[in-house]
Amino acid sequence: MDILHSIFVAPFIDMGAYPDFLLQVIWEGFVAGVLYSLIALGFVLIYKASGVFNFAQGIMVVFAALVLVSLHEMGMPAWVAVLVSVVVMGLLAIGVERFVLRKLVNQHDAILLMATIGLTLVLKGSGQLIFGGEPKPMITRELGLPTGASDWEVFGGVVIFQHIDIAATVVALLMVLALAVFFSKTRIGRALRAVADDHQAALSVGISLHQIWAIVWFAAGIVALVTGIMWGARSEVSFALEIIALKALAVLILGGFTSIPGAIVGGLVIGIGEKLFEVYWGALFGSGVEAWFAYVLALIFLLFRPQGLFGERIIERV
Amino acid sequence: MTNRTFTALAAALVVASCWIPVAQAQDSLYIPSLTYRTGPFSGGGTPFADGYADYLNMLNERDGGINGVKIIVEECETAYNSQKGVECYEATKDKGALAYSPLSTGITLALVPKAPIDKIPVFSMGYGLSAAAAGEKFPWTFVYPASYWSQMSSILKYIDANDGIRGKKIGFIYLDAAYGLEPIPLLDQLSESMGFTVAKFPVGVKEMQNQSSQWLNVRKESPDWMIMWGWGAMNPTAIREAAKIRFPLDRFIGNWWAGSHNDLKGVGEAGKGYLAANFSGLGQEYPALQDVLAHVVDKGLSKVSAREDVGNVLYNRGLFNAVVLAEAVRIAQDRTGKKVISGADMREGLENIDLSEERLSELGLPGFTGELKGSCADHEGGGSIFIQQWNGSDWEKVTDLIAPMSDIVRPMLEEAAEAYVSDKPDWQSQTCS
Repeated sequence: MDILHSIFVAPFIDMGAYPDFLLQVIWEGFVAGVLYSLIALGFVLIYKASGVFNFAQGIMVVFAALVLVSLHEMGMPAWVAVLVSVVVMGLLAIGVERFVLRKLVNQHDAILLMATIGLTLVLKGSGQLIFGGEPKPMITRELGLPTGASDWEVFGGVVIFQHIDIAATVVALLMVLALAVFFSKTRIGRALRAVADDHQAALSVGISLHQIWAIVWFAAGIVALVTGIMWGARSEVSFALEIIALKALAVLILGGFTSIPGAIVGGLVIGIGEKLFEVYWGALFGSGVEAWFAYVLALIFLLFRPQGLFGERIIERV
Repeated sequence: MTNRTFTALAAALVVASCWIPVAQAQDSLYIPSLTYRTGPFSGGGTPFADGYADYLNMLNERDGGINGVKIIVEECETAYNSQKGVECYEATKDKGALAYSPLSTGITLALVPKAPIDKIPVFSMGYGLSAAAAGEKFPWTFVYPASYWSQMSSILKYIDANDGIRGKKIGFIYLDAAYGLEPIPLLDQLSESMGFTVAKFPVGVKEMQNQSSQWLNVRKESPDWMIMWGWGAMNPTAIREAAKIRFPLDRFIGNWWAGSHNDLKGVGEAGKGYLAANFSGLGQEYPALQDVLAHVVDKGLSKVSAREDVGNVLYNRGLFNAVVLAEAVRIAQDRTGKKVISGADMREGLENIDLSEERLSELGLPGFTGELKGSCADHEGGGSIFIQQWNGSDWEKVTDLIAPMSDIVRPMLEEAAEAYVSDKPDWQSQTCS
């Protein structure tokens, strides 16, 4: 009976007794969800446009952020460093298309996946060679990002809002809006979707596969830079950040690999879900449930809705 | 060239290639360095490796080695990965390795059983298996100057001295790996005897930079003090999160791996007040460090990224690791009468280490650390720590040396050592008079 009470009664009594704390937990989950979504967006962009599952997205986040902070360390003004970082990610996109993807057109998905694993190792190794392995602080103030916090006194308690978290939320929403418009309203966006549907058909109607792939990798590079800035501002820029990208896999399974709204909703479900579960039910499992909650949720989705919440239903004809 | 001549030449080359490294090992002191300059923990591994290598290279440059014998320092990259650490060990042990300091509890745990077989001591300075402090059961492993258990008891002593610990709630946030789990048996035991409660907050390696859940739980539990067993990117993230929930940072104490300049550099003013344990001196004003600057760093022989990084917490920790090894070499040379020593001689040197205040001054490190004296039975050799505090831009020493609760910790260490060897019938122990 004690265990049933701990699962079905005690957590809800806690929530009712300290509603301000419940709001804090939901807010923290919301912010974490937004940040997961940012990482997932990079994966979705490339998958949607090229059918490639880009295993290198996590290290691209680290690489982009390291380029930015290192350029600033060398004396470059912050916003000039941002522009140069965008150019570096553009060059990386062209390099990936020219030296990795061009040779692999129409190859099996698994081969493309392996190529991105190889790219991960190259970026990791060259990143450590160029920038060193030591963590670097993000140039939050120099970029004009807000610091500090605001308190909201509510239900006899207080909810603390970090300004950087609010900024991350706003930036993520703007980025989603921009990408949604880009994919649905622009000629290049529609071409990207055509390439994703069928490489050969897209080629036959005059769409340049090389150009499209370079553009989509460039877009994913910009998403990686923004993600690196936001995660780096909350913690710091280090190679350990790459590991967080694994959480995006669960977000993608939940939201669907091809859906931008899916990446957002999936991120929020996992972000808020894992915080609530860790805080109110975590003790039943000896804490540390955050490490596996997202993956268990993803597994359940794989069982009942393998295409995710918003993904396209997979129909295979034999 | 006839086939016979060619074969003879090839055979000669093979023999020569085998002989050259042996010849090098025969007239030098080979000290491998298992480093991690890459991977998620490189922020801690890099400055430690710099200090370690620079001190030994300084001895080569300034003194021509130790008693005229050159030191060879060879780095092998482990990326803090236990499997790679063992691969590094296997790849270097036959080159005449004198000792291993892997800077990883996981790698140490893998090497402890190998040490007596290969007759190469493991010197896990302030990390690894706490029970290895019991020299009778672990003749080949050393944890100078203190085990994790001794350190934890000193931290609890500090808390008790500042606010009284009985009836208090202590939060323990730790890396959910062999390293972070190591002090828990002692913490649990002392919570009963000292009358405090413990709330534990594990942080998975994948969640090091994503700790908001753990700190929400800290806010919920509202402990009176927090203790951290963190490493790498976990540390600055935890300090930031603590500041976010407005946990008083002067009641948040990191262990000696959670209190480096790298941990606080990015946190800056927001980390003001945070406390950490330490056992190695701060700054570069010691004569030995000035020699490192003059003979190694200024000559461009160091890998350190900036001159001012010499003297930082983890640089000095790595340097101290090398100081103990160099001193053990000298003692082994004295005791055996040999210039070039073996791993077994090195074990004897480590066991008879005696870094008194006077000796530390002779080495150019006056007041750098507490006195350190080993013996057959005592492989932690002192165990005192001090507490340092972050002032917003640098660390300041805020206490004198705090001795561990040896009366409580020592019997527990011996009991744990006994338990470790009890199911290993072939384990090599030693008898100490």
